[in-house]
Amino acid sequence: MGYPITEKILMAHAGLKEISPGQLINAKVDIALGNDITSPIAIKEFRKAGGLKVFDKDKVALVLDHFTPNKDISSAQQCKFIRQFAVEQQITHFFEGGQVGIEHALLPERGIVLPGDLIIGADSHTCTYGALGAFATGVGSTDLAAVMLTGELWFKVPQSMKFIITGKMPKWVSGKDLILNIIGRIGVDGALHKAMEFTGDTISNLPMADRLSMANMAIEAGAKNGIFAPDAITKDYVEGRAKRPYKFYESDANAVYEGIIEIDASKLEPQVAFPHLPSNVKGISHAGIVKIDQSLIGSCTNGRIEDLRIAAQIFKKHKAASGVRLIVVPATPFIYKQALQEGLLEIFLNAGAVISPPSCGACLGGHLGILAEGEKAIATTNRNFVGRMGHPKSEVYLASPAVAAASAVLGRIASPEEL
Amino acid sequence: MIFQGKVWKFGNNIDTDAIIPARYLTTSDPQELAAHCMEDADPQFVTKIKAGDIILGGENFGCGSSREHAPIAIKAAGISCVIAKSFARIFYRNAFNMGLPIFESQELYEAVQEGEEITVDSVAGTITLVSKNKTFRINPIPPFMEQLIADGGLMKHLAGKRVNIAGMNPK
Ligand code: SF4
Repeated sequence: MGYPITEKILMAHAGLKEISPGQLINAKVDIALGNDITSPIAIKEFRKAGGLKVFDKDKVALVLDHFTPNKDISSAQQCKFIRQFAVEQQITHFFEGGQVGIEHALLPERGIVLPGDLIIGADSHTCTYGALGAFATGVGSTDLAAVMLTGELWFKVPQSMKFIITGKMPKWVSGKDLILNIIGRIGVDGALHKAMEFTGDTISNLPMADRLSMANMAIEAGAKNGIFAPDAITKDYVEGRAKRPYKFYESDANAVYEGIIEIDASKLEPQVAFPHLPSNVKGISHAGIVKIDQSLIGSCTNGRIEDLRIAAQIFKKHKAASGVRLIVVPATPFIYKQALQEGLLEIFLNAGAVISPPSCGACLGGHLGILAEGEKAIATTNRNFVGRMGHPKSEVYLASPAVAAASAVLGRIASPEEL
Repeated sequence: MIFQGKVWKFGNNIDTDAIIPARYLTTSDPQELAAHCMEDADPQFVTKIKAGDIILGGENFGCGSSREHAPIAIKAAGISCVIAKSFARIFYRNAFNMGLPIFESQELYEAVQEGEEITVDSVAGTITLVSKNKTFRINPIPPFMEQLIADGGLMKHLAGKRVNIAGMNPK
């Protein structure tokens, strides 16, 4: 009997010769991540347990991205508390100020997370790194504390679900549309506690930026992790970034899956998730007339340079409609600089955009772009729960950068085809 | 353990933004978080509940972010345990790691109205609907999780094994 890639990575990190779904294992962790919201609790727990030194200062990443630049006194206090810990522990991967980017864009970009790794993060979108062929999953702050102490954590081995995606994606259809479509099909608990493995010829040709957007949203289907078999595209991405060895795992041909779902990507159109669940998905042609007050292009889902280039393609010829607040958030300082050098920021400014510093702020309704009562936003983010971006009576519609840009131009949810 | 209290009923997919909105995450103080528990699902929630009351959710309770502030807010608000048809996985993990008791039951949800009293007996594995004298079985907790709860959560569990842990103060 063969194993899917997820089980192979877990087996190797647990030092086991065999493994099966449902089994509880203790496994070694390669990278443990915390942010400015979740780390304070982890640090307090670490200290309470008598922790003096983290298990490995090179394997803990602390990224102060959620309320950066500090939005108020209490968020500044939280960051100060983490900073003191990071300095005391000489944490190698500590990011704040001009170094900080949105964690799930930053860690792959800096080569901190690599193929074959076992990564945990006290942030639900830690599953993003599955795009590299790693096992990556979100956990709580206490789990992070346990890993900082011991370098290990308990896991329940997930069953794997396989998604076979074939066909050439039409113009304006992206990885974001694929994953929205999948979540729309299976629901927000469609992959509860499971691994989502993405394969098929569409996936073999899919750029890394799109893979990262897809793995990012695995949690929105309830999954433990999303994963892609590493290949030439992975190698291309990782080379030049990695500063330590990494390993490619692949699923056995006779691996056992809990379910197999096949999708023809050539038939897809851009997708939009309506309020208030990421599974409330419609094709853009069924969106109807939805006027918007804000368009947000950014986040760990779609704030990479590739996303900004797509938006710039549209804003080169069109401005944001009056009455629409357009906010563009390059996900990391590196992406910001790239966008500057490529002239994208000028295009956005000419189109009427506010350019935000790299920050989670607007995505989670923290700061830098909050919605008022009754307002509607189209966003390239990953969650549209009640109150996610502001007032409990505001609404968030999730889509790709192309759709968010076209919608900003037309003042309503729209396909780029309409321009 | 035995938990007894009034049931506060919520729907499917109650997410962590409803349990504790991100706008309050500039602190991790349990009492401050408790003041906003379930605010975006029911703004009056914290003024209505009494210590020991029980939250009853539908499918996928606690979906969304990894914030441990969610079980912390619920526990600090005085809720004794959470029962749901199913739990989202990070919430499930966090609840055990924090020592907030949670139980899965498919049948209870339809059988009980909001405001009714129930008794949960985690040892016997039963939930009793007091007024109607009806009893439901709850799914057993895996032995490893029972050990975690018995030890008082993940960190205390690890502290019990501290001989193996290099980074720990051997006091
Ligand atoms: S950008 Fe949004 S979803 Fe991503 S880590 Fe930040 S808050 Fe979370």
